[in-house]
Amino acid sequence: MYTIELGHFALILAFAISIGQVGVGIAIWRAATNSGVAFMRNASVVQFVLVAASFAALMFAFATSDFSLLLAYEHSHSEQPMLYKLTSTWGNHEGSLLLWVLILTLFGAAVALFGGRLPRKLHVLVLANQGLLGAAFVGFTIFTSNPFARIAAPPIEGRDLNPILQDIGLAIHPPLLYIGYVGFSVCFSFAMAALISGKIDAAWARWVRPWTMASWIFLTLGIAMGSYWAYYELGWGGWWFWDPVENASFMPWLAGTALLHSALVMEKRNALKIWTVLLAIMTFSLSLLGTFMVRSGILTSVHSFASDPARGLVILGILTFFICGAFILFALRGPSLRAGGVFAPISREAALVLNNLFLATATAAVLVGTLYPLILDAASGIKISVGAPFFNLTFGALMVPLLLVVPFGPFLSWKRAELMSVVRRLFGAVLVAVIVSIIFTAYTWQGASLLPLGFLLAFWVMVGALADLAERAKLFRVALSTSLRRLAGLPKTVWSTAGAHFGLGVTVLGVVVVSGFETELITTMRPGEQAQLSGYTIEFEGERLLQGPNYITEHGDFLVSKGTGTPRVVASEKRNYTARRMPTTEAGIKTFGFSQIYVSLGEKTEDGGRVVRVWYKPMITLIWIGALIMSLAGAYSLSDRRFRVAAPNRSKKSAQKQMVGEPT
Amino acid sequence: MTRKQKRLTIIAGLSSVVLAAVVFIALAMSSTAAFFVVPSEVQERQLAAGQAFRLGGIVKSDSWKQTDTVHDFLVTDCIVDVAAHFEGIMPDLFREGQEVILEGALNAQGTFEATNVLAKHDENYVPKDMADKFEEKGLCPGHTDAT
Repeated sequence: MYTIELGHFALILAFAISIGQVGVGIAIWRAATNSGVAFMRNASVVQFVLVAASFAALMFAFATSDFSLLLAYEHSHSEQPMLYKLTSTWGNHEGSLLLWVLILTLFGAAVALFGGRLPRKLHVLVLANQGLLGAAFVGFTIFTSNPFARIAAPPIEGRDLNPILQDIGLAIHPPLLYIGYVGFSVCFSFAMAALISGKIDAAWARWVRPWTMASWIFLTLGIAMGSYWAYYELGWGGWWFWDPVENASFMPWLAGTALLHSALVMEKRNALKIWTVLLAIMTFSLSLLGTFMVRSGILTSVHSFASDPARGLVILGILTFFICGAFILFALRGPSLRAGGVFAPISREAALVLNNLFLATATAAVLVGTLYPLILDAASGIKISVGAPFFNLTFGALMVPLLLVVPFGPFLSWKRAELMSVVRRLFGAVLVAVIVSIIFTAYTWQGASLLPLGFLLAFWVMVGALADLAERAKLFRVALSTSLRRLAGLPKTVWSTAGAHFGLGVTVLGVVVVSGFETELITTMRPGEQAQLSGYTIEFEGERLLQGPNYITEHGDFLVSKGTGTPRVVASEKRNYTARRMPTTEAGIKTFGFSQIYVSLGEKTEDGGRVVRVWYKPMITLIWIGALIMSLAGAYSLSDRRFRVAAPNRSKKSAQKQMVGEPT
Repeated sequence: MTRKQKRLTIIAGLSSVVLAAVVFIALAMSSTAAFFVVPSEVQERQLAAGQAFRLGGIVKSDSWKQTDTVHDFLVTDCIVDVAAHFEGIMPDLFREGQEVILEGALNAQGTFEATNVLAKHDENYVPKDMADKFEEKGLCPGHTDAT
């Protein structure tokens, strides 16, 4: 098919255009003229269209099982269901990189199309920087990881995709995660443009915040989805492993969360400018670092596929170029930025600084834990592993004070606040949180432990978020109808803050409950036998051998019932994928309320039984529900008009007006 | 407070938190990091019983005995064999003659009590730490998987 060559050609054309975009961008900036802006915008859009065409060509080859394409031969199989044929496109190093580039150019095009109100100079610089990123990564794809390589004599059958990846998760997790990861490139480009032009003010923060928010929403969803996928697919029952690859996606999330909060201070108070620009650079640098760690092959995991070390060096070069370049520019230009508004040690700004402090330190802790073994190995050859104990200890310890102060933030007024009056106003929330925690502890009592403190922390964050809404609506202080009217009239950003903080509390509650009360049972069962676990009865009905599209499976049926409730069927499988002769375990999961029963099939025993592993995961779904609430809250704030309308000449006035008008 | 004092208060507060965090991270690192060890190093390193580390090697052929969920096998680097014990369900890709990485510690009898077994994810997966170490020490030269 010619489509493959057309796709290849489109990608090369996109590479050429991105280089042109950088050159013209620099020329426009140097010449101090406004002509050529249209070129920059068109170039960004055309670049996206070309990469999209090239991606479509690749996908078409996978969909039609065209094994003359080396990549399709190595990573797909004609008997795969259509969905997996399509997702196989990015279930490998080259294709996944092309997806990364596709999203990068998508954001470039989005900035070109939606940035019409930006000052022209800034717009040109942002697009030039996106073009530079595009040139680097499209170039990397073409020259080191070309997905369009052909085989002269096409084989009849492909070698199939890694069975672990043959799941709906592959259709959702990578695109979401990449949109989050790569979306921060826009923040990075804005930071670079600001440093080059030397103009950073509240308006800048206003333009950056929607992009940060959008990326953050997708990254939150992507990480949550990845966590759930690992949970049900790998069959070990864990939902977070502190695997370096997970950390690679978690670090930009932490830094991005910090950026979201510091940009708020910058937008409203014109303070923390230098720090916000630095955070914007760091967030995307961590995304790049993540890409490097996953794509270079220095780590081994399900994500890394098989890759060759030469690529690692090139991508390290790109990484060094962008990160060092950004920091050098920052060092040169940073000091010339004028410090903005002052604030007292007790104020909303200070609370947000505290938030940034803990998030940045937590990011550093994760970074140290992830990179130290690699650096130590490279420097001295000593191989150590830093695992869950390190991360739970350091990250956990840093999150406790952060969670404690979360509810205070929205209650403090800008510039200077009275701590005592805030404490008075939050007293009701403390009381409610304590009462709810006591009831919850009594309800889940299993003996003395420190867990109730964890519950209190989670409920404190949740109740604190609701208290913010109640306070602003003057609930119980004025007539209920007035309160409701006030509530309906609150700005969307207030709702979204409360929602996101509430979601955080929900996730924390899920983490605490499942870590404290999870139970596990490993036993041998013969058909008809029953086992008991934490008030649930699990009955093994029997097993049969079934044939899937490209695998054979030992399919075990179980009946799970809670107490005396009606039994529900859970199926767990042990599959063997024929093309790769690789076994996988498909866990059987049944949800009861917020809790889940997780059944994993083990080996056959000689007497016709099965080793079966069953987990009771109390309230585990709250972990992902919380993340979902956080993303939805973020998305709700994006729909706020004030977030989008950013006419540069009006921004200063409206920012002031908003400050005054906002209830505190 | 003057503008300068305010700023100093905030900076001093922040620095003390950062300093505390750095000390804390360093302490946590030294107490939780686990060394990667191959069987022939187990003796030479004089690892105490109960000290957590990762043991990497090849599951010796015909050494794997299992009764239901209790597994006993030998981990070898073609020079020294270390007896290992694990209770639970083995990963799908645990096989004799293939690489494995175990997390756990030695018990008083010198048997490695594994709390976690890491086998390969797919046929392209080579535990990198182990491949490097085997190559560097020239262990099991004929073992294709380990290179």
